[in-house]
Amino acid sequence: MSPISVTVALLLASLAVTQQDTSFADKYSREAGVYAELAKAPEKTRSKRNPFENDSQAIAAGQNLFARHCSECHGNTAEGSKRAPSLRAEEVQNAAPGAIFWILTNGVVRRGMPVWSKLPASQRWQLVSFIKSLGTPSTSLLD
Amino acid sequence: MKSVYPKCASGIVVFIALIFASPLQGQESPYVVTYDHYLEEPGNLDIEYFSTFGTQRAGNDFHAFWVEFEYGVKAWWTTEVYVEGQTTFGESTLFTGYRWENRVRPLKREHLINPILYFEYERRSGADKILKEVEGRDVEADFLTPNALARKEHNHEVELKLILSSTVRAWNFSENFVAAKNLANAPWEFGYALGASHPLGMKASAARCNLCRENFSAGLEMFGGLGDRHSFGLKDTSQYLAPAVAWNLPSGWTLRFSPAFGLNDNSHRLLLRWGVSREISSFGEMLGRFFGGR
Repeated sequence: MSPISVTVALLLASLAVTQQDTSFADKYSREAGVYAELAKAPEKTRSKRNPFENDSQAIAAGQNLFARHCSECHGNTAEGSKRAPSLRAEEVQNAAPGAIFWILTNGVVRRGMPVWSKLPASQRWQLVSFIKSLGTPSTSLLD
Repeated sequence: MKSVYPKCASGIVVFIALIFASPLQGQESPYVVTYDHYLEEPGNLDIEYFSTFGTQRAGNDFHAFWVEFEYGVKAWWTTEVYVEGQTTFGESTLFTGYRWENRVRPLKREHLINPILYFEYERRSGADKILKEVEGRDVEADFLTPNALARKEHNHEVELKLILSSTVRAWNFSENFVAAKNLANAPWEFGYALGASHPLGMKASAARCNLCRENFSAGLEMFGGLGDRHSFGLKDTSQYLAPAVAWNLPSGWTLRFSPAFGLNDNSHRLLLRWGVSREISSFGEMLGRFFGGR
């Protein structure tokens, strides 16, 4: 078997695994599972204040970071996609900034959300600023 | 002809993927040899080209190269295929083999030390010179065998790594312990790689920019052999120290550069390594649609 055939066969096998779990039922149960992770943030982390609170520059920087790292799964406007839940949902918008920071740091690895601790803490907080600035769909309509 | 075909085919795959896929900026580390605990994002394909120019005492200098296809199967599982080759100046250019590796993250959350389990199968000829890792008593003199002879030796090898990695205050510290076994009844050989790196900027800029400090990270790698099952240790091994820098461009490309310096007489004096990579978002879905899936 030539090396390139092996390469293609292995990649296709991996792709087959990735393509599983895309039905709506799976999607909603996965979303619920991811939102439930927010409640697992330890109190110490949850109560942390965002050092960039009310900083419009941080929101703009967070938007850039979101476009680079998050929009591929969460959608360009964070409305969610087949791969990852909406970040405009009440569960996220009502969550403490520290809980969102905790999720960014630890990921939800078993449910597809990678660990983002490779971004420095400042950048994770800038992302939190952007996410919290989105508001829920109802508040966005009022805007 | 046999050695040209896989390179051409890989080139075509890379070309098609780069044209049709949407780019994504990863936050890649500057390491060339050392692994940290960050896996590929699920569904994304990272295509990397690496090149190593090496000096050779008492022989011809060489240029070794490899292409990696790194795919995030799950957030906890990354699989990767390498296709590799080399040119020895004054001799020839050869395809030297392929590798298939898997990295698995056993723990759900971040810890002070994060383990990753690594398994690799390699099928490569004796002319392999990419120096992706150093094991046992791999030394500079091994590379003196002419390509015409070395290519006739075929090795099947398994390689296990325990990757331990920590990120503290934006510093990443990674330690890799390597155990490799040639399946042709050779003893287990051991090696290591250590790395430390840090991004040059902590905060992201509000404007998109190429030369912002946060797009760069710099670090240091040290790697070498640790002998084999019969005589473990540093004696008669080669050892390297390598500063490294990575530049993550907002366009989705990452460039890496790293000179590695041999620390003893068994090591090549200089290995000049550079690489370019591009991460392709939602590659799995793209391919699924291409084949008529949902």
